[in-house]
Amino acid sequence: MRAWPGLAAIWNRRRIPLAWLLLTRQPARLAVALAGISFAGILMFMQFGFRDGLFDASVTVHKLFDADLVLLSPRSSSSVSMAGFPRRRLVQTLADPDVAGITPVHWNLVIWRNPKDLSTRSILALGFEPGDPLLTVPGLTAKARVLNQRGRVLFDELSRPEFGPVAEWFRAGRTVESEIGGKRVRVGGLVALGVSFGADGNILTSSETYLQLLPNTPPGSIEVGLIRLRPGADPALVMKRLKDSLPKDVNVFTKQGFMDFEKDYWRNSTAIGFIFTLGAAMGFIVGCVIVYQILYSDVSDHLPEYATLMAMGYRLSTLLGVVAREGLLLALLGYLPAYAAGQGLYALVRSATRLPVYMDMPRAVLVFSLILVMCMGSAGMAMRRLGDADPAEIF
Amino acid sequence: MVEVEGLCHWYGAGEMRRQVLQQVSLTIQPGEVVLLTGPSGCGKTTLLTLVGALRQVQQGQVRVLGQHLNDSSRKQRQQLRRRIGMIFQGHNLLRCLSAEQNVQMGSDLLPNLSYRARRDQAREWLRAVGLGDHLDKLPHGLSGGQKQRVAIARALAAHPRLLLADEPTAALDKQSGREVVDLLKRLAREQHCAVLMVTHDPRILDVADRLVQMEDGRLMAIG
Repeated sequence: MRAWPGLAAIWNRRRIPLAWLLLTRQPARLAVALAGISFAGILMFMQFGFRDGLFDASVTVHKLFDADLVLLSPRSSSSVSMAGFPRRRLVQTLADPDVAGITPVHWNLVIWRNPKDLSTRSILALGFEPGDPLLTVPGLTAKARVLNQRGRVLFDELSRPEFGPVAEWFRAGRTVESEIGGKRVRVGGLVALGVSFGADGNILTSSETYLQLLPNTPPGSIEVGLIRLRPGADPALVMKRLKDSLPKDVNVFTKQGFMDFEKDYWRNSTAIGFIFTLGAAMGFIVGCVIVYQILYSDVSDHLPEYATLMAMGYRLSTLLGVVAREGLLLALLGYLPAYAAGQGLYALVRSATRLPVYMDMPRAVLVFSLILVMCMGSAGMAMRRLGDADPAEIF
Repeated sequence: MVEVEGLCHWYGAGEMRRQVLQQVSLTIQPGEVVLLTGPSGCGKTTLLTLVGALRQVQQGQVRVLGQHLNDSSRKQRQQLRRRIGMIFQGHNLLRCLSAEQNVQMGSDLLPNLSYRARRDQAREWLRAVGLGDHLDKLPHGLSGGQKQRVAIARALAAHPRLLLADEPTAALDKQSGREVVDLLKRLAREQHCAVLMVTHDPRILDVADRLVQMEDGRLMAIG
């Protein structure tokens, strides 16, 4: 304590922790309040989690691209409606001194036949030159060698089970063959990418096989162009240079911009954001009502005692501080179980839906802030009741 | 200590306006124990709340502990109340606090004392009122007389120069009422603290240094 004279002085000045005692000496009421706050918190965690998880899920594959900048056709609006642009635009970017490498990528949804029950379902196919870097997935370059044989694909083992037991069969050493658009393909290996919003599963093929599967692709046309920069280059600066030098038949994005472009599509063209934000707002309002109810009846019940304290010479602001501290304590105590339950439910959601829902810092802080606003706002409303405490009336 | 001169007070407004105090004058010397008696509704409690700086003075002069209460601000009255001890008809203890913590709510008003010193004082006061064995009990675990003794300890813990009591024995039986009043008087004496006590309990009138009778808003006889 000697090293902290300021702290010691504060510690010495402390008073009876009235807010804490008011709350804890009424365990039933405290339990109701905490249950209400936790419930509101859990609701907000779930709604925000689903919302962000769905948006994050739309860029599962985008995230993995080994690129600093990305070229897209201006007619492409999302991963489920990609349009082609001339491949030479991508080659032109090599003229820029900061561009270190490029990878042309074919991208389209194709119909995959489940090798077990022969049902069909659309799957995302990416076509690339097997020697080119495509994804930041360890070991991909080695696995991609098999794609040099025509009609081979790498199957994403994280694809939804509706595509058939491809991964199990392959691991068991069976030869797994299927059909894409009526053409026979053989699974030459497994990769782990993950499902996204637009695609329930993914396969990787060589450009040659891709063009075989989709013979209507115009020659020299690609859907995505990946650009890698020299170390130390500023992506925003290079993006601006490329935009100025390239014709208007391509769009240039940073990798982050490419992901935002996809997320924005789902955000703006679907009601997902609205629905889940509304759900979170409901949780917030329910929580406000509960906390206000609890604090208001707490102040009302103790009104003669507050009036007594005022008669003893306590300042009104001291008593307002007691109510504010009650609100703060409720927020802290109610947040902890909500956080813990949120973690557990996120794990449940991940295993049930394969959505990438994680407890990240911004969301944990956001929900805590909302709970804090909820409790302090309710405390502020309940404080108005304190104005009714008239010390002259208690005699 | 307390000087009241020509004090008048009204309740209500307009047609309903009713005078409850008429030209009341009263002086209390340091260390004096004054009992104020009279029928209910005669204005005793109103006088007490005015002297206790709980109400704004309307007309007349009130000086308490050297401070004029005419046109006093909320803040001034709150500051003054810190130096006045108050004991209520009901004990008005905080239900969620133990006896010791209730008394410490009184000593917490003292500036420049460490938490430990204030707590030790609270314990000392509880011992002085004979409740040294009940420090950690909550109010609902104490009898009526014990609760009123805790209230006395709480009022005295803030080192008041003036103690105001409103029928402190109303809720007590004869014996514990007697004990409480005797204790109140003895401790107030030790602290050189003046006491103004409103009561219509005839059994305790003998503790008074001075008896003041009130009727219909006027002070009648001074005995």
